Formats: sequence, structure tokens, C-alpha cells
Amino acid sequence: MSTTTLPGSTVATLTVTTPSDREVQITRVFDAPRPMVFDCWTVPELLKSWLHGPDGWRLAICEIDLRVGGATRYVWQHRDGRSMGMSGAYREIVRPSRLVATELFDEDWTGGETVGTVIFAEQTGKTLLTQTVLYASSAARDSALGTGMTSGMAQSYAQLDAYLTSLQDAAKGAA
Amino acid sequence: MNQLDATFAALADPTRRAILARLIEGEASVMELAEPFAMSQPSISKHLKVLESAGLISRGRDAQRRPCRLEAKPLAEANDWLERYRKIWEGNFQRLDALLGAMQANKTAGDAEQ
Repeated sequence: MSTTTLPGSTVATLTVTTPSDREVQITRVFDAPRPMVFDCWTVPELLKSWLHGPDGWRLAICEIDLRVGGATRYVWQHRDGRSMGMSGAYREIVRPSRLVATELFDEDWTGGETVGTVIFAEQTGKTLLTQTVLYASSAARDSALGTGMTSGMAQSYAQLDAYLTSLQDAAKGAA
Repeated sequence: MNQLDATFAALADPTRRAILARLIEGEASVMELAEPFAMSQPSISKHLKVLESAGLISRGRDAQRRPCRLEAKPLAEANDWLERYRKIWEGNFQRLDALLGAMQANKTAGDAEQ
């Protein structure tokens, strides 16, 4: 596995890697203490102010029963009227360091249930967040990511992203 | 394999990425491309075949030289796809940054009152 820091935000860098052929992992540092970041991932009123997803969508419904075995329900709505729902259940809750929950979209476009693990690590007053999504199969992960990439190709998308961006920048510079 | 698969498979090799980086500067013959690498022309030719069948480069008609040139479209498509995934999370996290900033400001104000 390789990790490459992506160009982009000047505030903090987001990395996206594929640690195994069934997983996608995102890491990001937040300039806030762990309990505060943890709460932003588990309190519906807080989640509804940031977990909106792609442009045009907003998290309209967020219900959380924050207990092991407790249910979660998220519904996103697009400004054109479409909606997208996801249900799940908590497997592990360790405030402020760890959350594990199953997730399944109503339309099941991820090819079966996924398991999301979020780790909040202390980093000199800041919080290093590592979010790993484990898909039901490598085919499910690949199709969720938007390609039919063959399994066994544990390629770091982030590495390619950074590389391709540099190619494009170089091309712009040459033009 | 679809186009995106072929693009990513072709990009998985560092030599092929270096060849593409070289071709951004302009077209080049196999001999010119082989120069910077400690590699024989036949091995470079193999890499060029992979790049060509993925549609990332094309070869000129000149029978002697057959210059290679970059085909930008598939690269741009692969990059667009990666950007979409990254942008969704970056958008979420920038909103979260703003929320955390507001929460910390409130907390500091609250602490000061006590």
C-alpha cells in the first residue's frame, strides 16, 4: 500500500488509499480535540450541518441510537427532489477514540452491507481521523468507487490522483 | 476492460508514468524515450504497446520513426473520476472544519463567562 498526500485544501490534507482490495481509507487532521470531533460524528444536529455529500445534496434526516446494536438512519435529499437513504447499526462505540457501524443504502448500490470504522487519534491537541470502509467484496468496492477495476489491483487512487494532477499542471505550464 | 480500467492498469507502472510525463513535453521516438531509462528498446516498446492499447498514446505513421504522442482525453477522464470522489469528502470535511471552529469559539466564550 502506498499513501500520497493529495493536493487541494491548504487547511488540511485529505488522503485516500486502498489498504486492501475490499477497503477504502480516508485520513484527515482536524484542528479540534477528539471528544469534539467524535461528537460531530454521532450527534444528529451536528451531523446535519456537515455530512451533506455531493453538491446539491443535504442530510435532511439523521436518527442515531448511540448504543452498541443501536440503529442509525440517514436520508439525503437533492434540491431536485430525489432522496437517498441509508440505514445501519453500531457495533463498537468508544468515545472519543473509535466508532464501528454497519451501513446499507436503500438502493444497495454498494453491493451489500459495508462496515465503517472511524478512529480518532490524538495528535498534539489536534485529531487525526482515519475512516475505513470495508465492502462486502472487492467487486463491490470497485463498483462503489465507480470503476469495474479488477480485484487484486490494490492501487492507490490517491497516488494516481496526485500524479495525474501533476501531469495536468505540467501540461498547463507547457501550454 | 472498460476505458477507465485500461487507463488505471496502464498507469500502475512507474516506467509508463514516466513515459507519459516525457510525452507531455512533445512527441518522441522509441529511441528517444528509451534514453533516460536503463532499459532496452524492446522493453520500452512493450510498455508503449500497453499505453497504446489503453488509448493513452498514439503512434505516428512514419515507418522508420513512429513517434509517440500523448492522447490527453483518457487521462483527463481518469482524473475527473478521482476528483469526484475526493471532492465529496473534501466538501464534507471543510464544512466540519467550520463547525468545529464555531464549537471551539463557543466553548472559549462559555469558559470565559464562568
